[in-house]
Amino acid sequence: MADARGLVKRRAGARLWLSAGWLVLLVLVALFAPLLAPQDPLMQDLFAARLPPFWASGADPNFPLGTDSLGRDVLSRIMYGARVALSVALIAGILTCVIGSVLGLIAGYFRGWPDVVISRLVDIWMAFPPVLFSILLIAVMGTGLGSIIIAVVVIDWTRFARVIRAEAMSQGAMDYVASAQVSGRKRFSIMLTEILPNVMPTIVVLLTLEMGIAVIVEAILSFVNLSISTDDPTWGSMIAEGRLSIHQAWWVLVFPLIALFLTVLSLSQLGEGLKDRFDPVLR
Amino acid sequence: MSFLTIENLNARVGTAPILRDVSLSVEAGEVRGLVGESGAGKSMIGKAVLGTLPTAVEIESGRIVLDGEDLQALKPRDRRRVIGAKAALIPQDPLTALNPSRRVGPQITNRLVDILGWTRADAGHRAAELLDEVSIPDPERVMRAYPHELSGGMRQRILIASAFAAEPKLIIADEPTTALDVTVQKQILRLIRQMQARHGTALLFVTHDLGVVSKVCQSLTVLFGGMVLEDTRVEQFFARPGHPYSAALLAATPKYTDPDASLTPVPDAVIAGVEAEIEAHDRMHGHV
Repeated sequence: MADARGLVKRRAGARLWLSAGWLVLLVLVALFAPLLAPQDPLMQDLFAARLPPFWASGADPNFPLGTDSLGRDVLSRIMYGARVALSVALIAGILTCVIGSVLGLIAGYFRGWPDVVISRLVDIWMAFPPVLFSILLIAVMGTGLGSIIIAVVVIDWTRFARVIRAEAMSQGAMDYVASAQVSGRKRFSIMLTEILPNVMPTIVVLLTLEMGIAVIVEAILSFVNLSISTDDPTWGSMIAEGRLSIHQAWWVLVFPLIALFLTVLSLSQLGEGLKDRFDPVLR
Repeated sequence: MSFLTIENLNARVGTAPILRDVSLSVEAGEVRGLVGESGAGKSMIGKAVLGTLPTAVEIESGRIVLDGEDLQALKPRDRRRVIGAKAALIPQDPLTALNPSRRVGPQITNRLVDILGWTRADAGHRAAELLDEVSIPDPERVMRAYPHELSGGMRQRILIASAFAAEPKLIIADEPTTALDVTVQKQILRLIRQMQARHGTALLFVTHDLGVVSKVCQSLTVLFGGMVLEDTRVEQFFARPGHPYSAALLAATPKYTDPDASLTPVPDAVIAGVEAEIEAHDRMHGHV
């Protein structure tokens, strides 16, 4: 029993460290992209178009992961693309989390009319198809980083609101909440000091999942050319461009895809790992 | 003047009445039992007094007067302040009554800081004294522990200490021993009784166990279907129960002296009688 537990713990630890490692690396690369990138991500050189990655014959060591059909360096573009992906993940993820969790907590703990209003709003909101909804939003607001972030928040706050409402409801029925109420404290302060710490593990997991979703939404939007200006490299636009030349230069498509995949996977694994850290019973 | 007076309290969920003209009073320093089978509304009365009723329950009419203050007439914020200063709760399930993600110490001292305006340090000393008073070994260590690290009996002791912390004049104990095993039950009952006597607190003891009532209470109120059937002194109840249902309830209590005797249920005729009473009451008040 103790051994099995230790094993589970060690595995969870490895998962946590691997995913955190990838994310830290990504953050550093994004921060220092101008220093680290081997090439200007926007510089085109048609004589160096579709160079293969470093291990293939005919590769140029100046372009370690090859070049796209306009001769732009894939590695540099991935590095700069990480900036967009991470800003969207962080800002959109946190905003979504805060708005959705606050509404969910209020609905789940206060019940009554706030719950009716918020829950109906969530129901109506979730009836919109999310991708169409976001494309519509971007069409109205225009492209740009701000619009993408707003689109993610507007679409996804319902995910938090729903789950956190249910959690807050089950915590709110516990006797410790009744005891806190009897000691004459304000309901809002009870919500923050008694309920919030107990739904925190769930919030953390949702937040990391949401960051992954934000990265994907950004990629989807740049895939359909609705992200930020077409000049700036994003993973989604790289994938979209790579798709056109997949038979001649698969690396243009595959490398940004790998970056996207690892990032989203790391975020969700990080969430699972952090959940255990936040839970006093498992800690 | 009684410390707690409930007058003609009516409450309902949707259209279904759950409390029917409930009146009862608890004198200062008195221990009153509130007895009834599950669903009789006994916990609801405690929750109504403490202002922790589920939102689905609506109080229709009646007054709850706590130490001269009519709770229904107060604004919600003032009501919470009054209740917080004068009353406290010993909850039913010690496993859910402490916040699992916070250490035990702050959960006791919070009441002192919130209600009496003490400093954290003073409250900490007092909490340690209280834990000592409820026979918890090494209070300092326990205060740093998380609830899941402690046993059910320990947690119930902590909750008792915490209920008495701010020296309330009334404590509502909502089946405080139901979730504990029998040996621990006995200790906890004795502890509640001791603490009550030492602090001179009035106690409203919600229970379905007449054995507990006979050991702890001085007077009791018998409830069925949200209606008060009998309100009497304990000695008189056990000698001469004043309502057929009370008598049947008493007869249904298993006896240690005759462990082989089969259990006597409350006879159907008695239940039918009480239900007829309830129906008559509802007709009179326009619920059908």
